[in-house]
Amino acid sequence: MIQVRAFCAAVISLFAFLMFAPAAQADFASSLARFAQDEFSETALAIDEIAASGGSRAQQVLEALGSARLFVDPASKKVYWRAATSDRTIHDAANGEPVADPPAGLQVVRINNRLRGATLNAIGALTLMAPDPARRRAAAESIFKSRDASALAPLEAAIKNEKDPAIAALFAQARAVLMLAEPQTTKDQQLEAISILRMRADIGAIAALRSISATADADVKALAADAVTAIEARLKLMSHVQNVWYGLSLGSVLLLAAIGLAITFGVMGVINMAHGEMVMLGAYTTFVVQEVFRAYAPAWFDWSLAVALPLAFLFTGLVGVAIERGVIRFLYGRPLETLLATWGVSLILQQAVRTIFGPSNREVGAPSYMSGAFDLLGLSVTWGRMWIIVFTLFVFVSLLLALKHTSLGLHMRAVTQNRRMASAMGIRTPWVDAMTFGLGSGLAGIAGVALSQIDNVSPNLGQSYIIDSFMVVVFGGVGNLWGTLVSAFALGVANKFLEPVAGAVLAKIFILVLLILFIQKRPRGLFALKGRAVEA
Amino acid sequence: MKQDQSQAPADIAAFEGGTKAPPSVTSALLYLDGVSVSFDGYRAIRNLSLFIEPGEMRAIIGPNGAGKTTMMDIVTGKTRPDEGDVLFDHGKHDLTKLDETAIAELGIGRKFQKPTVFESHTVADNVLLALSGPRGPFASLFGWRNKVAREKVYAILETAGLLEHRARLAGEISHGQKQWLEIGMLLAQDPAILLVDEPVAGMTDHETELTAALLREINKEHTLIVVEHDMAFVRALDCKVTCLHEGSVLAEGSLDRVAGDERVIEVYLGR
Amino acid sequence: MITKLFLERYDKVGLIFLGIMATIAIFVPLSNLLLPTDSFLHVPTYVMSLIGKYLCYAILALSLDLVWGYCGILSLGHGAFFALGGYAMGMYLMRQIGARGVYGNPDLPDFMVFLNWKVLPWFWYGFDMFPFALLMMALVPGLLAFLFGWLAFRSRVTGVYLSIITQAMTYALLLAFFRNDMGFGGNNGLTDFKDILGFSIQAQGTRAALFFATALLLILSYVLARWMVTTAFGKVLIAVRDAESRTRFLGYRVEHFKLLVFTVSAAMAGLAGALYVPQVGIINPSEFSPANSIEAVIWVAVGGRGTLVGAALGAVVVNFLKTWFTTGFLAPYWLFMLGGLFIFVTLAMPKGIVGTLQDWSARRRERATYTEKSAQKIAEQGE
Repeated sequence: MIQVRAFCAAVISLFAFLMFAPAAQADFASSLARFAQDEFSETALAIDEIAASGGSRAQQVLEALGSARLFVDPASKKVYWRAATSDRTIHDAANGEPVADPPAGLQVVRINNRLRGATLNAIGALTLMAPDPARRRAAAESIFKSRDASALAPLEAAIKNEKDPAIAALFAQARAVLMLAEPQTTKDQQLEAISILRMRADIGAIAALRSISATADADVKALAADAVTAIEARLKLMSHVQNVWYGLSLGSVLLLAAIGLAITFGVMGVINMAHGEMVMLGAYTTFVVQEVFRAYAPAWFDWSLAVALPLAFLFTGLVGVAIERGVIRFLYGRPLETLLATWGVSLILQQAVRTIFGPSNREVGAPSYMSGAFDLLGLSVTWGRMWIIVFTLFVFVSLLLALKHTSLGLHMRAVTQNRRMASAMGIRTPWVDAMTFGLGSGLAGIAGVALSQIDNVSPNLGQSYIIDSFMVVVFGGVGNLWGTLVSAFALGVANKFLEPVAGAVLAKIFILVLLILFIQKRPRGLFALKGRAVEA
Repeated sequence: MKQDQSQAPADIAAFEGGTKAPPSVTSALLYLDGVSVSFDGYRAIRNLSLFIEPGEMRAIIGPNGAGKTTMMDIVTGKTRPDEGDVLFDHGKHDLTKLDETAIAELGIGRKFQKPTVFESHTVADNVLLALSGPRGPFASLFGWRNKVAREKVYAILETAGLLEHRARLAGEISHGQKQWLEIGMLLAQDPAILLVDEPVAGMTDHETELTAALLREINKEHTLIVVEHDMAFVRALDCKVTCLHEGSVLAEGSLDRVAGDERVIEVYLGR
Repeated sequence: MITKLFLERYDKVGLIFLGIMATIAIFVPLSNLLLPTDSFLHVPTYVMSLIGKYLCYAILALSLDLVWGYCGILSLGHGAFFALGGYAMGMYLMRQIGARGVYGNPDLPDFMVFLNWKVLPWFWYGFDMFPFALLMMALVPGLLAFLFGWLAFRSRVTGVYLSIITQAMTYALLLAFFRNDMGFGGNNGLTDFKDILGFSIQAQGTRAALFFATALLLILSYVLARWMVTTAFGKVLIAVRDAESRTRFLGYRVEHFKLLVFTVSAAMAGLAGALYVPQVGIINPSEFSPANSIEAVIWVAVGGRGTLVGAALGAVVVNFLKTWFTTGFLAPYWLFMLGGLFIFVTLAMPKGIVGTLQDWSARRRERATYTEKSAQKIAEQGE
């Protein structure tokens, strides 16, 4: 119903703005019949009438006419068109249906240059006024690219009619291109066109500006050259901005994955190879919570992440405490053994998840506020990435504050700085160890909730983050949270700047090699602690 | 210009050919001048100057945090000074440009505050490893020091009083014995100068006396720097004493003179 | 005299190990070739291949023990050295296929024809010649270890930091070898081998010869490793492991020692990988998986690090368990088992099988001498 009304609206607008209103009353079939007359004047009338009738059939016929694919059967006076595709099927122009055995002796409908121009105009007008905004956009773009001067008239008409400011701007840009190509335009018009194209700032605009004829006015040429430089600079800037944005997005993912490790490895010095599995458990917690929501409260699904976050923190935190009490505490001071034992833990956790949830990916849904994108100064920003960056920074700041202002934070710093002294002052160091490790694991779990939104939730989820996480922490300087922050974003941005040059996999390899070399140069990371205490 | 002691070693070597050379550089086996180092803003050593003559034994005393161990770290290459000169062997070598191994190869041996011996090696093997000789990986693969070395090792173990413990693992012997083993290892290295950090910490009085005698014996052939807290031990060493405080020299001279110094009493010995 | 010198290097465990290995090296191939299939002592070909695979792992474990057990370098890159050696062998075997591939191109392996490549990449040149390929099997991993070690040891990257960057190196290689444009067959790796040194790779005789070569390489690797650790060189390695900075103050260039042992060890691992490939018939990038390298570490830990024999034993025991578990109904539980093994060994048996046994026998001997002494004392008092 809506489509019919939109269609009618389009037809009515054609009535109003193309000045072929009387002809439009004729029906489609009788308009077609005019082609059979084989008179240029009749054909011209047919073009006008068919254009006025609008719709996809009209477009097919006009396009066929323009490219000499429209035929008349002299015997039956029926009109056919041949598909532009390679199978060259013949269609009945009246209804657009393919014809199984077309009559022999079809004759091409002849046109002259004037009629060809009229045909193209009509086609352009048809699409420029199409009810579907996407088609209007496409029409504007195609005119922009073809720089077909004959489209100027329908374009002018369409500009007056256009309500959508974005599309109107596109029309104006297309018009500007045509104006530049047109030899008769005045200098002022050309200058105006250049300034419009300058706003467009893409490769097409550069091409259009470059095509200005050498005979043009010096001012015009200067302005065009200036615009080209400006656009090129802007394009370069945009690609940098985009790389930085993608890099920040990747960096936030790295930071999320590494932030728990910055506590367990960075602050406590425990090599937790099961860290990735903590992230994985967080992601599976999200999955379970969402399943519960789907089953019992589908209407509240958008709240599932809010519920999953504290649950994931608690659950992975508890698992972390269990690992610390059960395994790690026996291995303090023996980092290599810790590495091996926690690797064993990671194998067990992976297999446990595989046994319970199966080896394949589990679907974790995105709440409505996580999906979609918005446009920021020409940059398409997806909400999911946006929220993850915001969330990451939120987690980071909360962690900093927690370490500074809570008693656990105070005890933690005391124990890491001087265990024996802290113990002598009555701090229960084993309890602090367990809590610290639980905190690091809980943070990994929170990371899992966020990462479940952008990554596949499978038992192998953690494996893909463990090496990156270690690299981030080591690169940033062990024991330095700010270092971890800088390092995560630096690595993310560096990766995204390398990707266009080298490809995704090679960029990653490149970053790894650079990191390996960097660690050789500065084994204690970007922001290393100095002094005798470090050696101990 | 000629009085400028912070010359590069090359310049100093040039002086040696001349008639008049700066006396302190060329006559000193170990020469520290204007050395400073800080850790994260804390200045552990401030403008420290120290001259050790060949054949000398020097005791270094001072309160905790005076920079005694850091001074040794600087000499042995573990820590790089922020500024100042550290020259060795009459100014021939600039120690600030060398790493631990190169410095050890020059003939500077060190005994650590906390005895560090190779615990899973036998006492004899510890000394064997320390024995002077080629130290490259290939030299050690193709059997150096295995046969001839035996007598030398035994002689050193004899001196250190550890001969009967030679076949025990170094991890199993007592704390005092580990201290001696380290001194024995230093002897085996046959260095030009020995840096001995708190050799009698944790020893009984009797062991302390034996250690003092041992060091005096060693001093007959080697130059020694001994860092120690134990004043009775320092007295038994009977040598020139330097008192450090807050990273620089507070007083220097005979033990009686240093012990009588007002400032030393103030910051270290107490009234 | 020479025999005596030779024997001096080995303790009882080592001699037993050499004896067993010599027996296996000779008995298994002969039994497979000569004894009738229904004989009680006949070793079927598939069992021989399986044991051959275990022995390759044992060489890998031995090489890892050399660096970890004696020098304290926990390398998580030995799986990569193993795989590099394997790829060198795989490249030789690919070139041996010649025009018998699916596309019948005499120079280009099938996967290159498939990728529409026209010429052989430069790094594939020479691999049609076995001596060159053999050299590469040891040289490529050795060279990588040398470069990596030169950078790492010189800047004193030690302990877990070293482990982490070796793991990163392995991971980078994994990603690299998965790429098609690297020219190593991408995802599928190298396979469909036809013959080695002119003998069909499927023939029973070739398989027996490969088995013998593997057993021999294990024996030679052990002899080499044992020689290295019993000389003064080995004493320095242990000194570095226990107190690295002390060793420096004694005047040893610690990084040179580490570099030498790391390089030799990597070359050893590479040769093990080279013998592994023709016996399993394929090499693909998953061999670079960081998990493989860590698994090799656990073999060493299970057997007993710093014992050499223990490393080889651990590799065989763990892999036998793996085969046993993963082929039966217990397959889903293997990772639980393996994970548990990691935890159990590090917590409860840090010295591994051989180390624990040695401790026991030492304690028993001590007790024996003690009772002897006290008996003597009692006897003396009685007089």
